[in-house]
Amino acid sequence: MKHGKLFAVVLLAALLAAAPLFLNAYQVDVLNSIGLYGLLALGLNLILGEAGLFNMGHAAFYAVGAYTAAILNTRYQIPILWTLPLSGLTAGLFALVVARPVVHLRGDYLLIVTIGVGEIVRIALVNDIFGMTGGANGIFGISRPQLFGIVIRRPWEFFYLIWGCVALTIFLFLRLKQSRFGRALNYLREDEVAAEGSGINTAYYKLAAFGLGAAWAGMAGTLFAAKMTIISPESFNFWESVVLFMIVILGGAGNIAGVLLAAFLVIGLPELFREFASARMLVFGLVMVVMMVFRPRGLLPARGGRFSPVTLARGRG
Amino acid sequence: MEEFFQQLTNGLAVGGIYALIALGYTMVYGVLKLINFAHGDLFTYGAYLGLTLLTSLALTDRLGFALGVLVLVLMVMGLVAVLGAILERAAYRPLRESPRLSAVVSALGASIFLQNTLMLIYGARFQVYPDNILPATTLHLFGLYLPLMRVLIVLASVAMMAALYLFIQKTRIGTAIRAAAIDQGAARLMGIDVNRVILLVFLMGPALGGAAGLMVGLYYGQINFTMGWVYGMKAFTAAILGGIGNIPGAMVGGLLLGVIEALGAAYLSIAWKDAIAFLVLILILIVRPTGLLGERVADKI
Repeated sequence: MKHGKLFAVVLLAALLAAAPLFLNAYQVDVLNSIGLYGLLALGLNLILGEAGLFNMGHAAFYAVGAYTAAILNTRYQIPILWTLPLSGLTAGLFALVVARPVVHLRGDYLLIVTIGVGEIVRIALVNDIFGMTGGANGIFGISRPQLFGIVIRRPWEFFYLIWGCVALTIFLFLRLKQSRFGRALNYLREDEVAAEGSGINTAYYKLAAFGLGAAWAGMAGTLFAAKMTIISPESFNFWESVVLFMIVILGGAGNIAGVLLAAFLVIGLPELFREFASARMLVFGLVMVVMMVFRPRGLLPARGGRFSPVTLARGRG
Repeated sequence: MEEFFQQLTNGLAVGGIYALIALGYTMVYGVLKLINFAHGDLFTYGAYLGLTLLTSLALTDRLGFALGVLVLVLMVMGLVAVLGAILERAAYRPLRESPRLSAVVSALGASIFLQNTLMLIYGARFQVYPDNILPATTLHLFGLYLPLMRVLIVLASVAMMAALYLFIQKTRIGTAIRAAAIDQGAARLMGIDVNRVILLVFLMGPALGGAAGLMVGLYYGQINFTMGWVYGMKAFTAAILGGIGNIPGAMVGGLLLGVIEALGAAYLSIAWKDAIAFLVLILILIVRPTGLLGERVADKI
């Protein structure tokens, strides 16, 4: 990383970290939403951006994670943050089971299947599947998260929890991108046949991308449940999947910085447009079209990575 | 048995509507490999334009029921077709050389835009079609009592599908559309104006979708500005079910989906109605990965 770029990143991070000091509670809450969507979009970016698998049902995995956390917390009194790994695991396993029979489908067929999975999950939740999801009303009374003995309840406290998770995710996913695993996913996206010809087990990597991306959505679901203390199926409808899909493509599929920038725009812009009142979604739709027309490869297109022989040797295994 | 046939005919009517919308998805996909997510909203425009024209021009009062509705259908189809062409010009043509998913996001943006335009014009509440335009006749056919509207919708959608099929198969322009769908580059070399083919597809698909919107208005009596998403999703499912890009596939897929949904809602569970369609889709795609009538395309290396 060049010095200038490093400086810019540090400056941005510092600015963000100090944000709760000079923003009001509402604005911090918007930033929290952006952070949650950022987490979700980074997970989807693995599937859609890095591996090029059309997934428009990401909200399903988000829902599975959130409900796992909520059920464990309200029925078995497990502290909400302790459920984090478990809800990630459940969402990841769910994704593996669902994706296993359909992951070989060609792009658009996979797209509609994932839309279908998202809808089936939402309808199952509305219909109170297993008698545990509380039907259309959802689950309420989820306890506040506790970290090092501090109960997190105010927006700025959630801000540091959520954005801490985002920072950790960025670090992990940047490492992943440069690993053998990340390069295999990119190869898969660019040319599946050539990837298979080079000895890449395409089915394995596709499923791994799905599982990992979904696990991240599941963990974001836990944070969401903890923040809202009440969840219902409507929080995980088709619209959420569409928004996440737009964030990843608008940001420049496969580019972590781009995806985060797009999360800021897609979630933040409608808030800025509040003065347009009921016309704000109209403006939003128009902005989406215009942005795609002028930046067809996304705001920050993913560039082909450069790998020195040294990093390649380190990334082996 | 009475109940079964009632559900079956109802399913065929809904399926006919799905099929008409699905044709728009599949034709655009065939030529451009683009999922036109705004297509469902063009369908909604058909329903709203139909309502406005119906109430403001009083067509059925002046021309009588049969001629009035026919004129209305033609007007709605024409207007929605123009809208489709504008959409193509504004949101899709600039992105034709871009990655495919960018066009999908542009389509989603256009969909949001169209939907909210309707909301601002008509308001967010359900709009109701006047119920005195159609004679509330019940037909006695094959020992069944069927609402006239249901029979008309099945007949009209089948007639439109037949006309489209003949047009695509038998005319020179239809041949050009099929050629452009198979290989745009080669079609261009054979002297086909691919841009005109694309424009034509964006006129025909929305026209059919607009007609379907009008049918929904007349059949159910009430319309909402968000209904395009639900119908669009179902119709897209139907197009995939039949094999996307395949015109007879969209017809078969639409009718099949309508019938499965009606029977599923009646005999299995109404609460799971919307999930049944997707479950069937997933099961069929597991067995036939390119849909019922979709060709197996060999990957080019």
